[in-house]
Amino acid sequence: MDIARKHFITNSIRIKNGKIFLNKETILSLDPKIDFSQFLKDAYKQLALKYPKYHKMDSLCKLGVLGSTILLRDQDFTENTALVFSNASSSHDIDIKHKQSMESIVSPAVFVYTLPNIVLGEISIKHKLQSENVFFIEDQFNADLLVDYSETLLKSGKASSVVCGWIELKNDQYDVLLCLVSNNGEIPFTREKLEELYRFDNE
Amino acid sequence: MSDLRTELKQSIIVQLNLEELTIEDIDNNDSLFGDGLGLDSIDALELIVLLEKDYGIKLTDPNQGKEIFISINKMAEYIESHRTK
Repeated sequence: MDIARKHFITNSIRIKNGKIFLNKETILSLDPKIDFSQFLKDAYKQLALKYPKYHKMDSLCKLGVLGSTILLRDQDFTENTALVFSNASSSHDIDIKHKQSMESIVSPAVFVYTLPNIVLGEISIKHKLQSENVFFIEDQFNADLLVDYSETLLKSGKASSVVCGWIELKNDQYDVLLCLVSNNGEIPFTREKLEELYRFDNE
Repeated sequence: MSDLRTELKQSIIVQLNLEELTIEDIDNNDSLFGDGLGLDSIDALELIVLLEKDYGIKLTDPNQGKEIFISINKMAEYIESHRTK
């Protein structure tokens, strides 16, 4: 165990209001008025995801796979990269869709996404991760929780790096911040820095 | 005959969200699973739902799917002889 080791926010991605920012730089800007499903399709095409399974996923998983793929693109990470995610609305949108489908014949492809932590599985499959993962439901973005849990995993040696953050989706309103935390980088992995990244374009 | 096969391809593309495929990409004899279209176990369950919704065919044993969901041709043959709507 190396308690003294410092960790850094190596990379961060923000997805909100039709825009995607990588390390605060705009990499995609679409009309915020476009339909959410269209935003997910356009982002997939324009950012060249090339992962057909994406189209089968629910919107929460699409956000997670989209965000993590851009976040981890060209990054040095191992299968031991843990996932520490959180949101307020759990799997709200797909739960509603599932409830509506119960009026006729239930769709298995909808039902399988009715848990928030499915996004962790989809990201693990996409990036071949075999690591610790956890999904917290919190009333609001909680930087303390993300830092504490991620640091515990890193300092105990259970993870070599961590992707942590907030992936909120309710009634097609989305708000995502994901950070790659590792030994590399210049931004210290602290509550203050995490909150600063979350507040970016969130005022 | 061929209309049912075209209809099936269209339904499969829509129901299974195969957005990057078109009807022309699917041959009537292509394997639906494995090296063909690469469908998975959840897709198999969706195909069972599709048979019931669109053709009134209720499969009580999911294992029947292994013999029916081999290709578009096999599915069409089964539907032609078992459909109730």
